[in-house]
Amino acid sequence: MGVEQKAGNLGVVTTTLEQVINWSRTNSMWPMLFGLACCAIEMMAAQASNFDMSRFGMELNRPSPRQSDLMIVAGRVSRKMAPVLRQLYDQMPDPKWVIAMGDCASCGGIFNNYAIVQGVDEIVPVDIYVAGCPPRPEALMHCVMSLHEKVKNEKLKTWS
Amino acid sequence: MDEKTTTVYEEMQQQFSARVETYGSELVIYLDPEQYIEGIKTLKEDHGFNRLSDLTAVDYWPNETPRFHLCVHLHSLTTMERVSIRVPLNGNAPKIESIEQLYTNANWYEREVWDLFGIHFEGHSDLRRIVMPADWQGHPLRKDYPLGYEEVQFTFNFDQIDLKKSYAKE
Repeated sequence: MGVEQKAGNLGVVTTTLEQVINWSRTNSMWPMLFGLACCAIEMMAAQASNFDMSRFGMELNRPSPRQSDLMIVAGRVSRKMAPVLRQLYDQMPDPKWVIAMGDCASCGGIFNNYAIVQGVDEIVPVDIYVAGCPPRPEALMHCVMSLHEKVKNEKLKTWS
Repeated sequence: MDEKTTTVYEEMQQQFSARVETYGSELVIYLDPEQYIEGIKTLKEDHGFNRLSDLTAVDYWPNETPRFHLCVHLHSLTTMERVSIRVPLNGNAPKIESIEQLYTNANWYEREVWDLFGIHFEGHSDLRRIVMPADWQGHPLRKDYPLGYEEVQFTFNFDQIDLKKSYAKE
């Protein structure tokens, strides 16, 4: 007999701390605006009304790294931009996650040359990669759902 | 070619004994590096080409003499004429005077040519890299600079390349 049955309609649930914290982290993950190139258009399209990302809790896109917890690297990162990217990642408070959106952020894409960083995972640790050039808004939302799954499975011991 | 361009054509040919080519309404003047500043000054002051439209370079490697052609495109805002000047340059570390005193917008164009081709401009006020990071070695748009950067990771060599890649850990 759980507490719920005794309490009746009081609106009390029992759960574990892990579940509660993970649930609250997933349901209000605010992305940081890091649209660099063409993938940014698809990120904007995913945020807009047709493929609404606010349904998943990503209501606000904060340009400030101090007020966001998810960094969606959308677009190609050039070698000159790489230290800037790292600095902004360092300024984000824990817990933070990174999505590498698109081919250029995941592996350099079609630009295998001197100017573009071959995959943003050389600079910041990435949690989820999305393939596509650019990925459709639905693909980005699938990625966000996978990230939510990943966060829901996080354990107490590995919290930073 | 209309009247104004014909005048430029003839005067440049006379004054600098320069090779001049025309193609339809386009005019290209080939100058030596020693005549370069004089030529640009004449075009600016006597013929009224008051706007520098573009300054770039071409690499003709493996042809060593000349290896580079510096291309300057001038435009006259009053008569809407355009003229191009090409300066053949030799060798691996060519030097030429800067036209920053004549056209202020040559500042960034010359920095870009220095960064990507390695043509040094003397008399430039602030010659440093503009496109690549400041500590980059090499001049990327030269023809002997390698084209690709990284070996492509297919299924058969995935693990091999994976070991060599530097992943960021936190």
